[in-house]
Amino acid sequence: MAKELLRVEEITVRYSGLPVVQGVSLSVAAGETVCVVGANGAGKSTILRAVMGAQPAIRGRILFRGEEIHKLPTEEIVRRGVVYVPEERMLFLPISVEENLLLGAYIHKDRRRVARNLEKTYDIFPKLRERRQQAVSTLSGGEQQMVAIGRALMSEPKVLMLDEPSLGLAPKLVDEVLDTVRRLKNEGVTILLVEQNVREALDLADRAYVIQSGRVVLEGTGADLLENPEVKSAYLGF
Amino acid sequence: MDILISSLVAGLLIGSVFALVALGLTIIFGVMDIVNFAHGEFLMIGMYTGILTVQVTGLDPLFSLPVALAVGFALGLLCYVGFVKYLLRGPMVAQLLGTFGLMLFLRNLVLLIFGSEDRGIHTGILVGKSLDLGMGVIIPATKLAAAVLSVLSFVAVYVFIHKTKLGKALQATALNRQAARYMGIPAERMNALAWGIGGATVTAAGALLVNFWSASPYVGLLFTMIAFAIVALGGFGSIPGAFFAALVVGLITEIPGIWDFFTYTFDNDWMADVPMNSFKYTGVYLTYFIIMVVRPRGLFGWKL
Ligand SMILES: Nc1ncnc2c1ncn2[C@@H]1O[C@H](COP(=O)(O)OP(=O)(O)OP(=O)(O)O)[C@@H](O)[C@H]1O
Ligand SMILES: [Mg+2]
Repeated sequence: MAKELLRVEEITVRYSGLPVVQGVSLSVAAGETVCVVGANGAGKSTILRAVMGAQPAIRGRILFRGEEIHKLPTEEIVRRGVVYVPEERMLFLPISVEENLLLGAYIHKDRRRVARNLEKTYDIFPKLRERRQQAVSTLSGGEQQMVAIGRALMSEPKVLMLDEPSLGLAPKLVDEVLDTVRRLKNEGVTILLVEQNVREALDLADRAYVIQSGRVVLEGTGADLLENPEVKSAYLGF
Repeated sequence: MDILISSLVAGLLIGSVFALVALGLTIIFGVMDIVNFAHGEFLMIGMYTGILTVQVTGLDPLFSLPVALAVGFALGLLCYVGFVKYLLRGPMVAQLLGTFGLMLFLRNLVLLIFGSEDRGIHTGILVGKSLDLGMGVIIPATKLAAAVLSVLSFVAVYVFIHKTKLGKALQATALNRQAARYMGIPAERMNALAWGIGGATVTAAGALLVNFWSASPYVGLLFTMIAFAIVALGGFGSIPGAFFAALVVGLITEIPGIWDFFTYTFDNDWMADVPMNSFKYTGVYLTYFIIMVVRPRGLFGWKL
């Protein structure tokens, strides 16, 4: 098995006393695409927020490359290479596409490297090149999602965590976004993906976890879970 | 006519200084949504910094600008790291009362050191000099110099925020704090930077004012109120907004002069009887009040 990059060990996360994630463990190896699926409110986003240090885990450990990161501030976790594209996208709306992308490369000092990353990002999303000077607030939902993903790529993530990148997009755009994720996967990017389009997500994933009420109830390869009767009845609609 | 033009020019000049006064308040609010009631006390300390620099070096007060910038930056940083940082963990009301307490502390500290009497400087090279624009319009050189240096400082900060990497990180923090952290931008350090810049600019404004505005430990509150009015008018967190609003507020403080002009023009006894000069700052507060009622977000919605 490839080298393990990210390891979440038995974490519990609470919001105002209420546990929403309870003893969840998962791991992501280098080069892997791991998917987390589950119903609305199951706690998927909370797991990612805990990894980012944005919502503290009151129990358990989170390790990145073998080192504990769950006590580090968010910015330090980002510096180490864990990068998060939140469900809400959290773009810097009034400023331009290019300024957003460059902020994504904040942790890198080398200008040539940043310029190279910018070109690479524009190659992946040619539409963004056309709109580089436009304020992000004037872009469509799909284009904004491209900015969100592009901004994360600018920092050269070692693990890229995508939280429902297809959320709120028209069906055609959903396919487009998932195609992009597949492309990143094929380029060797390590991905932790949360997705509501369970069939496509499991098809894409090397491995996957099913979360229910804050616990992992199933795990396995994407192919296995696609065949699993419980998954079929609960998430695939037959 | 000359009174009218003189008043308008005077309003724009003092408005330019007011812009530098309000800049720090809007930056600090923009970055961390905190209202600094001690803002005017920084300005007051800037005045004393100007006076002390003159006394120690014998130079003109205008040369105390770099000293005031340094003192203000250090003071802003110190206030954040030593005090405000801890307030952020508390509820909103703790933050309000906290910076209010900071105001009282700084005021009384200065009172303790320098005493309560007014102090001014009348030795600057520009004092008493003036620029004659013709048509009876005369600009005092001290005010012109203060306005020019204020605008330069203001523009310098604007350029820093919009053109440098660190400045853009500060802007990003103001736009979306959590998103900025997800970019690896250290939010704590951005807060400290905002307080440093905020302290430096308003303290510098104090040093520029001291040529024609006498210093006392109590002078801060007036400027806090002026800065509040400007930031409310220009939009909380908006830098270009603060600039335009400051010019407007500068003009409002010159309403008495404009009133005089109309009094003479219409030769109106009733108007002559109104003691407008006593209401110099009432117009500012009234504007503040109207803005808060009509358009609480201010005129410009832009952050930094
Ligand atoms: N800031 C918060 N404060 C209090 N409760 C919260 C907060 N954020 C989320 N929760 C609660 O925690 C639970 C898990 O939320 P989470 O966002 O992790 O779910 P999710 O699996 O990502 O759902 P979705 O598919 O809708 O995004 C939900 O019940 C939610 O109401
Ligand atoms: Mg979610």
